[in-house]
Amino acid sequence: MSTSAIAIENLQTTGRTWTQTLHEWVTTVDHKRLGILYILYALSYLVIAGVEALIMRIQLMHSHNTFVSPQVFNRMFTMHGTTMIFFVAMPVLFGFANYLVPLMIGARDMAFPRLNAFSFWLTALGGLLLYFSFLGGSGLYGAGNAPDAGWWAYAPLPAKAFSPGHSSDYWTIALLVSGFGSIGTAINILATVLCMRCPGMHLGRMPLLVWLNLVMSGMILIAVTPLSAAQIMLLVDRYLGGHFFDTQAGGSATLWMHFFWIFGHPEVYILILPSFAFISEIVPVFSRKPIFGYPVMVAATVFIGFVSMSVWAHHMFTVGMNSYANSFFTITSMAVGIPTGIKIFNWLGTMWGGRIQFKTPMLFAIGFLFQFLIAGLTGIMLASSPFDWQLSLSYFVVAHFHYVIVGGILFALFAAFYYWYPKMTGRLLSERLGKWHFWLFVIGFHLTFDVMHIPGILGMPRRIYTYEPGRGWDTLNLIVTIGTFIQAVAILVFVWNLVVSYCKGAKAGNDPWDAWTLEWSVTSPPPAYNFASIPIVASRRPLWDQKHPEDPDSRYE
Amino acid sequence: MSALTIPIPELPRPWNLPNRGKVAMAALIVAESAIFTIFVVAYLYYVGKSLSGPTPREVLETPVFYTICLLSSSLTVHLAAKYLERGRRSAFLALWFLTFVLGGLFLFGTGQEWHRLIYEHGLTISTNLFGTTYYSMVGLHAFHLTAGLVMLGTVLIFGLSGRVGQDQSARVGVLGMYWHFVDAVWVVVFTVVYILGR
Repeated sequence: MSTSAIAIENLQTTGRTWTQTLHEWVTTVDHKRLGILYILYALSYLVIAGVEALIMRIQLMHSHNTFVSPQVFNRMFTMHGTTMIFFVAMPVLFGFANYLVPLMIGARDMAFPRLNAFSFWLTALGGLLLYFSFLGGSGLYGAGNAPDAGWWAYAPLPAKAFSPGHSSDYWTIALLVSGFGSIGTAINILATVLCMRCPGMHLGRMPLLVWLNLVMSGMILIAVTPLSAAQIMLLVDRYLGGHFFDTQAGGSATLWMHFFWIFGHPEVYILILPSFAFISEIVPVFSRKPIFGYPVMVAATVFIGFVSMSVWAHHMFTVGMNSYANSFFTITSMAVGIPTGIKIFNWLGTMWGGRIQFKTPMLFAIGFLFQFLIAGLTGIMLASSPFDWQLSLSYFVVAHFHYVIVGGILFALFAAFYYWYPKMTGRLLSERLGKWHFWLFVIGFHLTFDVMHIPGILGMPRRIYTYEPGRGWDTLNLIVTIGTFIQAVAILVFVWNLVVSYCKGAKAGNDPWDAWTLEWSVTSPPPAYNFASIPIVASRRPLWDQKHPEDPDSRYE
Repeated sequence: MSALTIPIPELPRPWNLPNRGKVAMAALIVAESAIFTIFVVAYLYYVGKSLSGPTPREVLETPVFYTICLLSSSLTVHLAAKYLERGRRSAFLALWFLTFVLGGLFLFGTGQEWHRLIYEHGLTISTNLFGTTYYSMVGLHAFHLTAGLVMLGTVLIFGLSGRVGQDQSARVGVLGMYWHFVDAVWVVVFTVVYILGR
């Protein structure tokens, strides 16, 4: 069995010129290659959107700075937000889902490999369209090149009258196209998980990563589509003279806010659920204990999925809703704290009494736990509508959601990179560079985003391109900017680690972490067909059963 | 490299998983429903808020005949799939063709109504909020119907050349799900536009 498998692999990889290799990658329908394409694509946009963040931070370093013009500043925060959400976070999470879900459920590929490739190229086209606006947005005619209406593009800013030229069109179409890609991927993940599991892999035996991606996919179906619908309406307004969001013809700007946030808030959970998924795989392995409270973790995930659909208007407390709406959205937003709290306790319960190994993936996972908790606490503060009236649209909010997205999602992603990089490449990432990356990033992160809360409380509004001196914001903003640069250095260390370890890293072998899920049963990187023969599982930790036939999990489940 | 061969304590029960085509189509229908929901909400929100005429009450005529056409096409597509499952290909082809004709009739009806609204009443998508919401929502439905007709037509061509047999009945069933969805959306659009919105 094994010799024939290796022979086939050699047949595939030897004697290829680089054009043939390129052709193979461009036309691939293999879930692992598409996963890597997603990840590389997202990493390149991470650098681009990171540079945009640095430009903003340099501009805000001290009062009355003139590093960039107000117009450029508007473009930078719009492009930074849009890119980070749609062309970094979504694709990188899809990349990991693509790569891991079939391997973890013992399948040879996704349910629809060609739809998978189609979805990736749609997402890729979306990102190119967004950045083509720098060239094609009619900037030469004084209309402004890149989109500058903010990542939520509140009406009437993206209307033809206030956004001439084509920059808003590129923004709209980019999100529409990548949204269709996301829907395709979500359908694919759902069909894969429900229809492609190997014998014995009941829903109750699926790794938590698979469960969480299943819930995420279900949420994408309901949450990303309202954005697509709203973008279609915006296109009707801009191109066909419609009046959906045209207040002068009786249209409503508030309706756009509702439609945007019906997408926008569940989107945060769409991003955080796969991050929970990474933590739920990594914490048990490095604590040498099975996950604590598996059924409760699944139930909490499904609960988050439902509740997150009814919290969107907490982004709109300052719009002036009635007291019933304010109370409703306050209560539902706070209710999200219950399942997330359950999850945090379960991860702690997993670590409790375990023989914890402080490898780099675990360090990032612990950083995630700590920071995500704080992010959740400021989230509960902002969920209270009277408090939100005071601090909405301030830097406090910016600090809060960056705590979630950077301190939570990005830390979980880094953990996932260090954990699964050996599976994807066959080489371990350097632990020494990993520690440098971790500590630099932790310091930079806390310097930036802990301090950023304070100017928010002092009244500094978000999206201002400069400010008056003497308000007590100057030193704080300088510290925030310094922290940003430390984070940038940490990212460089990370990229360096990815490159160097790919060439010179220690050989990983099949199972470098002594883990328990099916992806570690095959070679690193896995062969194109994943499993020479489809595995049969009898418990949640099939590799534990294989390694410990005297005491298998299947005896207790 | 070797496959997992773990001694399983229980007897391996027959391992049945749902059909991936059906699951994917169900997921697509959920996603599409969310898109239509947003358009329906926009329509209902803007009922009576147009600043100028014409209003729905003045210009809309209930398309009873074409609605009956579309709804009965759900029945024919269902029966067609059933006949294909039993291997009765000529009955399948006849009913499939009937579905195609009924769907085409409905599309013709929509076109006729739009023609009347535009040329007789001067209502376009940019006239007022009613025009914007009406043409977008009905247009979105017509677009889905057109996509369905293209797929029905493709199957019809394959069927006439004798390439659709019992083996394809699961796939034809998946297409049938889509067609039922297009019909169900029309029930909602009809209720919203011609009953609630007037």
